[in-house]
Amino acid sequence: MELIVSLAIGILAGSGIWLLLRPRTFQVIIGLSLLSYAVNLFIFGMGRLRVGAPPVLDPAAAGDISRYADPLPQALVLTAIVISFAMTALFLVVLLASRGLTRSDHVDGREGGS
Amino acid sequence: MNWHDHLVIAPIILPLIAGATMLLFDGRDRTVAAALNLVSTFGLLAIAITLVMGSAGPDPAAAVKVYRLGDWPAQFGIVLVVDRLSSMMLLLTAILACAALIFSLARWHSSGSYFHPLFQFLLMGLNGAFLTGDLFNLFVFFEVLLAASYGLALHGSGHARVRAGLHYIAVNLVAALVFLVGVSMVYGAAGTLNMADLAARIGSLPARERALLETGTSILGVAFLVKAAAWPLGFWLPGTYAAASAPVAALFSVMTKVGIYAILRIGFLLAGPEAAAGSAQFGDVWLLAAGAATILFAMVGMLASQDLAKLASFSVVVSSGTMLAVLGTNDVAIIGPALYYLVSSTLAIGAFFLLIELIERGRAPTDDILAVTLEAYGMEDEEEPGEDGEAGVAVPAILAVLGAAFIISALLLSGLPPLSGFVAKFAILAGALGRNDPSTLTGVAPAAWVLLVLLLLSGFVTLIAMVRAGIRSFWAVIEREVPRVRVIELAPVAVLLLLCLTLTLQAGPAMRFMQTTASGLHGSAAYIQGVLGPTAASTGGKP
Repeated sequence: MELIVSLAIGILAGSGIWLLLRPRTFQVIIGLSLLSYAVNLFIFGMGRLRVGAPPVLDPAAAGDISRYADPLPQALVLTAIVISFAMTALFLVVLLASRGLTRSDHVDGREGGS
Repeated sequence: MNWHDHLVIAPIILPLIAGATMLLFDGRDRTVAAALNLVSTFGLLAIAITLVMGSAGPDPAAAVKVYRLGDWPAQFGIVLVVDRLSSMMLLLTAILACAALIFSLARWHSSGSYFHPLFQFLLMGLNGAFLTGDLFNLFVFFEVLLAASYGLALHGSGHARVRAGLHYIAVNLVAALVFLVGVSMVYGAAGTLNMADLAARIGSLPARERALLETGTSILGVAFLVKAAAWPLGFWLPGTYAAASAPVAALFSVMTKVGIYAILRIGFLLAGPEAAAGSAQFGDVWLLAAGAATILFAMVGMLASQDLAKLASFSVVVSSGTMLAVLGTNDVAIIGPALYYLVSSTLAIGAFFLLIELIERGRAPTDDILAVTLEAYGMEDEEEPGEDGEAGVAVPAILAVLGAAFIISALLLSGLPPLSGFVAKFAILAGALGRNDPSTLTGVAPAAWVLLVLLLLSGFVTLIAMVRAGIRSFWAVIEREVPRVRVIELAPVAVLLLLCLTLTLQAGPAMRFMQTTASGLHGSAAYIQGVLGPTAASTGGKP
């Protein structure tokens, strides 16, 4: 369980950072998305990984905290997902505007190497 | 609770309602949106003044005012906290916002849609970031202000703005992710996100958890340094600020201060005397090094700037580098003067951003490039001395006014006497060096020497850059077209500069206020008690 989650975080973050450093705007936006998935998984992991423990209180067995998963990181992940989704949409708009104005999808607005 | 207690949340609610209402009008009726914006922004100014008055009293315990959202107890719910530092930052934001708004009404607000709502949402994010007492809530308000700033940075559109905006957004999105990693590590180690609770608990954490917490805090610090544009994380700033329209850039000059504010607030809470039972102050050397590198980078940038907007952007970087270096010396005696410097430099840079837009009107864009290349290649201006003698050439009145304002900004930014920039730098250096008898400087820490050299050098370089730009703008081009300037564009610049003048004349009371603010920050017991209740600071935050 721990191995799978940490591998997933590592692979997502690694690919995200690599794509982030690429010169095309579309690669940058995909890189940002992958990186935000990695961060969301990381936040989740910071609430300690538990199998089969619900985050919502059961009225019949309330009071024993050890039976439940920490609900706060899950709420944080939810907020982070919403915010990063909105920011990706906003970035996409700027990307399209840049593409329209410069006729190039290079992040600097002109092809490099010249 | 009476109305006065609810005033704490007003700086967030008012712009939210005003901005949302404007969305219904903008696009069709810009006059209504502008009127709403005026009412809301000046309302914010009044609220900020009331809050500063409320927290300026002599009693440190009464200076911390807490607002519990939904009336949940502090560890569970989100709290808003007003103390001297946050109310001062609110006031600074409101003053700059008023000036930028009035300036924009002359023409900038109509050069794109949704200027007014975005302006209000930016204010909401800034105020929220200054008020909140919860780390994750701080993240949310950072995102609110950044989302609004993305829109405002692109206001007016154009090739340069979109390209600079693209870099700005990408860098800040990554910074937001770094922020999230830091926040979640802090939560994983300490089990709380409430800043006061965190400060109360840090002393009782086991060593393993503390290592995780310190790692998390350092990662948070990196995110804040990106906002504060520290070298090497601040290359996005000069391009973006120089490309943004003048009123937007003036308002942005307070945005880098949010990063500084967060470092101040969280640094002092987590490394304060209560919390540091065994946890040494960490990161000071790094802050000093980052501040020094930032100042050096900005000095080179200033000398290389080919236009006034770039020059102003690099002076933003100098200002935040100076703040970082001062924080890095870990000397409580100079935090007060540093806050004075923060206020003075932010007002001066705001005024300068507005001023250069007026100066640059009616001059050819190539003038600036010529200004630098001419000197670099040692070329002389081939101006024939006039037959009739040039002694009698009248300077147009408006140019004289703009020139005077330029001189005042140059004095403020480079820290020359007699204005507040000088008072600020003098107080910082006096605090850093004046530990013992000033005639024998033997016991002065090396950090203080670094600070001394950096401050004097950066002031000197700023002066060179400003004088060169000023000579080229006002003296060299005689046959230039006189810029057409309206009163409502000149008035905000004048008011901001007058405020700096007032800050100079009233330096005594202002400095006392800053000093109490700084000592309130350092002894964070008042803050912790204010948020968690009187017993919490001693029992380690556990109810």
